[in-house]
Amino acid sequence: MSSTATTPELAKVGRLRSLTDFYWTTIRLAIAEQFQYRAATYMYILGMVAEPVIYLVVWSTIADQSGGSLNGLSAGDFAAYYIVWTLVRTMNIVFTPYGWEWRIREGQLSGQLLRPLHPIHYDVAEFAGGKIPWLIYYLPIAIVLTLIFQPTFDVRPAEVAVFAVAIWGAYLIRTFNQTALGLVCFWTTRVGALFSLYIMLELLLSGRLVPLTLMPDWVQTVAWLLPFRWTFYFPIEALVGDLSDEQLLGGLAMQIFWILVGIGVFSLVWRYAVRRYTAVGN
Amino acid sequence: MTTLRVALLHLRIGVLNDLQYRVNFALQVLQSILAVAVGLIVFQLVFSYTNELNGWTHAELLAILGVQTLMAGVIHSVIQPNMMRLTEEVRDGKLDHALTKPVDAQVLVSVRQVQLWQAVDVVIGAVIIGIAFVRLGGDLGLLDTLAFAVALAFGAVLLYCFWLVLATGSFWVVQMWFLPELFEGIFQTGRWPVGIYPDWLRFGITFLVPIAFAITVPAEAVTARLDWQTLLFAVLFTCAAFAFARWFWRFGLTRYSGASA
Repeated sequence: MSSTATTPELAKVGRLRSLTDFYWTTIRLAIAEQFQYRAATYMYILGMVAEPVIYLVVWSTIADQSGGSLNGLSAGDFAAYYIVWTLVRTMNIVFTPYGWEWRIREGQLSGQLLRPLHPIHYDVAEFAGGKIPWLIYYLPIAIVLTLIFQPTFDVRPAEVAVFAVAIWGAYLIRTFNQTALGLVCFWTTRVGALFSLYIMLELLLSGRLVPLTLMPDWVQTVAWLLPFRWTFYFPIEALVGDLSDEQLLGGLAMQIFWILVGIGVFSLVWRYAVRRYTAVGN
Repeated sequence: MTTLRVALLHLRIGVLNDLQYRVNFALQVLQSILAVAVGLIVFQLVFSYTNELNGWTHAELLAILGVQTLMAGVIHSVIQPNMMRLTEEVRDGKLDHALTKPVDAQVLVSVRQVQLWQAVDVVIGAVIIGIAFVRLGGDLGLLDTLAFAVALAFGAVLLYCFWLVLATGSFWVVQMWFLPELFEGIFQTGRWPVGIYPDWLRFGITFLVPIAFAITVPAEAVTARLDWQTLLFAVLFTCAAFAFARWFWRFGLTRYSGASA
C-alpha cells in the first residue's frame, strides 16, 4: 500500500547511491591507471614543469635587474608563485576539446550515449581520480624546485584550507569551460584554432603567464570579468599572496558562481549539440 | 643516389597527401599567428619593465623567436611525425615493413611522414627573422649570412639527431606517448637566450638537449654576436651527434624482435 508513496523517494535515493558508487569506482580505477606507467608519466610531468620554470627564470632575471623587486615582487616571491603554479596546473588538467573532437569524429561517443549516465560524469570522475597520483608524482619536483629557487613562503592555516578547496574549484571551472568548447565539435570537426584562441586568452588573463598585478591596468579589469583568473591566479594567490579572509571567501564564492555558469552553458549547448550527432560506423 | 631518390619520392608523396586538405592550411595559419602573437605580447610585457634582458634587446629577442618558430616548423612538419610513427611501429611490430626494404632503414624511417601545413611556421619564422634583421639595422655581410645559413642547417640536423635518439629509446621502453609533450616543454626554453638560465639548466639545454646550438647560435649569427669558434664547435658537435645517433639507432635495431608480422 504505502509502496506507491515511497517508490519515487526510493528511486531517488537509489539513483544518488548508484551515482556515488559510479564516482567512487571511476576515481579508484583512474588512480590505479595513473600509477601504471610511472616512468612515462614522470617524463610527461617533467615536460610540463618547463613552462613555469621558464617564466620564473625570465621574471626573476628582470626582478634582479631592476634592483631586487618588480612591482613589489622579489625573486623569492616569483619562485613561490610559480612553484604553486605547477600544483595548480596539475589540478587544471581536464578532458581537452581535442578529446571531444576525437570522440565525435571517430564515433566513440555512441557507446557513451547508450549508458544511463551523462558522459560528463565519467570525465569529471576520471580526471578527479587522476589528480591524486599526479600530486604525489609532483611532490619531489616541488621539493627540488624549492631547493633550487628558494621561494619565500608565509602561509596562514586559513590560506591552506582555502587553497585546498580552491584547486578543486579551479578544476571544475576549467572542466566545464573546456567541455563547452569541446561541444563545438558537434558543428565543426576541427577545434584546434578555437582552442588556441582560448589558451591564448587563458595565458594572458588567468595569471598563468605572469602574476596579474604585472599586467597593464586595463588587462586586469578585463580579467575581473572573465572566469580565467579563478582557475590560476586566485588559487595561487590564496596560498602565496596575503589575501584577507573576506577576499579568500569571496574568491571561493566567485568560483562557485563560475562553476554554475559553466554548468548552465554546458547543459544548454549540450541539448542542441547532441541532436546533431551522427555516428559513422560503430 | 637511389637512396636519395627514394627519400625525395617519399617526401613528395607526403606533401601531395597533405595538399588534399586545404582548409587545414587556413586553420594552421591562424594557429601559428596566435602563437606568435602570444610571444610578441610577452616581449611587450617584459620590455615594459626593462630595456634589455641579460644583454639582449627587444629586436634581438625577436630574432630568437623567429629562429625558434622556424625550427618548430621543421620539427613538427618532418621530424616529429616520422619519429612518433617509428615509436608506434616498434611497439606494434610493424617496423618489419621498413626494415625489409633494400634501402637504408634510417633514411626510410625519417621520410615516411610529412605534415605539410605545420611548415607554415617555417615561413612565419623567416618573416620574424627578417623583421628583426631590419630593426637591427640590416647590416649583415656575406660571411655572416653564410654563417647564419650554416648554423641553421646544422641546428636542424642536431634536433633531428636528438629526436632519433629519443625515438630509438622505444626499442627498450614501450610507452613513448610522452615524447612530444616532454620535447615541447624543453623546446620552449629556446624562446629566450640560454644565458638567462641557471648553470645546470644551461648545461642541460646545450649538451643534453641541443636547444642552445639549434636556436641561440643561429640567432647569434643574425645579431652579429657569433664568433667563429662557437660556430665551428657547433658544426663539430653536430657531426659527433649524428655519428652517435646513427650508432645508437643501429644498436637499438639489434633489440628489435618484431611481432608476428
